[in-house]
Amino acid sequence: MEASAATTTRRAVPSIGAARRRWGEELIKGLLLAAALISVLTTTGIVISLLRETVVFFQSVGVGEFLFGTKWTPTFEPASFGVLPLVVGTFLITGIAMAVAIPLGLGSAIYLSEYARPRVRKTIKPALEVLAGVPTIVFGYFALTYFTPNILQDILHLKVDVFNALAAGIIMGFMIVPTVASISEDALSAVPQSLREGAFGLGASRFQVSTRVVFPAALSGVVASVVLGISRAVGETMIVLVAAGQIANMSANPEQPHYTFTSFIGAIAKGDIPTGSIEYKTIFAVGMTLFLITLAMNLISIRFVRKYRQVYE
Amino acid sequence: MRAARSSKLRDAAFRIALLTCIGISLLLLGILLVDVVRDGIGQLSFDFLNRFSSINAKRSGIEAALMGTLWLMAVCAGFIVPIGVATAVYLEEYADNGRWWNRLIEVNIQNLAAVPSIVYGILGLAFLVRGPLSLGNVVLAGGLTLGLLVLPVVIISGREAIRAVPSSIREGSLALGATRWQTIWRQVLPASIPGIATGVILALSRAIGETAPLIVVGAATFIAFNPSGLDSQFTALPIQIFDWISRPSNDINNYKPLAAGGILVLMILLLAMNSIAIWLRNRYEQKW
Repeated sequence: MEASAATTTRRAVPSIGAARRRWGEELIKGLLLAAALISVLTTTGIVISLLRETVVFFQSVGVGEFLFGTKWTPTFEPASFGVLPLVVGTFLITGIAMAVAIPLGLGSAIYLSEYARPRVRKTIKPALEVLAGVPTIVFGYFALTYFTPNILQDILHLKVDVFNALAAGIIMGFMIVPTVASISEDALSAVPQSLREGAFGLGASRFQVSTRVVFPAALSGVVASVVLGISRAVGETMIVLVAAGQIANMSANPEQPHYTFTSFIGAIAKGDIPTGSIEYKTIFAVGMTLFLITLAMNLISIRFVRKYRQVYE
Repeated sequence: MRAARSSKLRDAAFRIALLTCIGISLLLLGILLVDVVRDGIGQLSFDFLNRFSSINAKRSGIEAALMGTLWLMAVCAGFIVPIGVATAVYLEEYADNGRWWNRLIEVNIQNLAAVPSIVYGILGLAFLVRGPLSLGNVVLAGGLTLGLLVLPVVIISGREAIRAVPSSIREGSLALGATRWQTIWRQVLPASIPGIATGVILALSRAIGETAPLIVVGAATFIAFNPSGLDSQFTALPIQIFDWISRPSNDINNYKPLAAGGILVLMILLLAMNSIAIWLRNRYEQKW
């Protein structure tokens, strides 16, 4: 009885559900998915290419020697493969860069989000972003031919070498200012207006609202911007390759030349090195180290960004 | 009363400190631009654009580098436009965010956007130049390496452009009997072209200044011919600039103006590309 009633209804009203599968549509969906998978393949490709040669590298060089050795002379006899000098150079320059980028970037972000009128923000923000658009080779040129001789040596009277970590680090810091500023500003602007109004209502000044209410509320976004900035500093090649010199250096003196992960890869890859030679393999071992460090930082940063988005959006 | 005054003072000091942060950053940018223009303006001439690199600094030019860069950009654009747009369409229109693989693709693209550019060079070296594809250090390998590097930029801005098309447009089209793909192809994509184009130009303007990956995939520094095809060896503007500024210090004064001239040409190209992007955004920006 019920079944027949159902059949009659079905006959009376023509079905409006998807009548048949459209294979063309399915095919297109498949093609689009294939395109999206290219980005996954890129990551896989990076990991495979690095891993394959790194494994070969560690067949001839001990892991302990690589990680804890203090001499990096892969191209001379006797070859030595201690990566610590590159670690020192990389983090020395990154440290200098962040000492510039964190205060300038956060200061800019707080001004843009809490103080600037919309018109002012509309002009200053793109101007700051020009800094991020300048090719890094241009920053390298500037650090080497202007900043070191004219600012560090002539004006500040520092005894820096022609190639030095200080100039490379400071100029790199300016390159990273827009990264820190724009992500932090996003986070600061995402803090609900009601929190500010509540604080103003209790008699807080703009300074107090910015530093004690808005800033702590946006902290996860600010952390994300700083971590991403560090990741960019660690991965930046041209500024250090041009301006920081090519000497593996264990000293933490920023007036001296320093090698980094990236500048080593760049300097070695510049010559046409034969596949399978030990120099060829060092590129991959150092590249792997660099990739793992930046990967960890990127994932941390993505996580922190997600956190503030979840709270306020 | 006193507390109020000191608080006001602190407020003013804080505002000045913040403005100083922006001021210092913009000041450095200004000094950099002035310095490059001062060093390089004397170099700019028709001859500079029309000469090949030469052992004689006085007779050197950037023709091969400029042509190489244009070839690279063509390959790069040919790769990132279809793949980037298709990925953006998939993620916005088809992907179900509850599925783990779609979330994986998303996190993966976010991470790729922050992988150091030199690592892409290593990928290009291991897979495109040598290894499985073994293309050699040619235009195609260089352009594809740059393409992989800037693909996330196109995908991310493409997704934003597609997301900005209101769902009422899609629903209207579907209600009139169009299929999902017809809706995307005839309604969603045309409406999001300005945003996608802006993203593509921004991606290319990032690619055009990249030096590190090209060094690793083996762009040559001394080349006295223009690329003749995808399988031709090449050099590029940033590579040529890098070659000129890494001359030994006794020679650097001969080559510094050349490098600055090359930088000026590169910056003019960048300025032109960004102006087009801004114009596109303002001209075609739609308010729904």
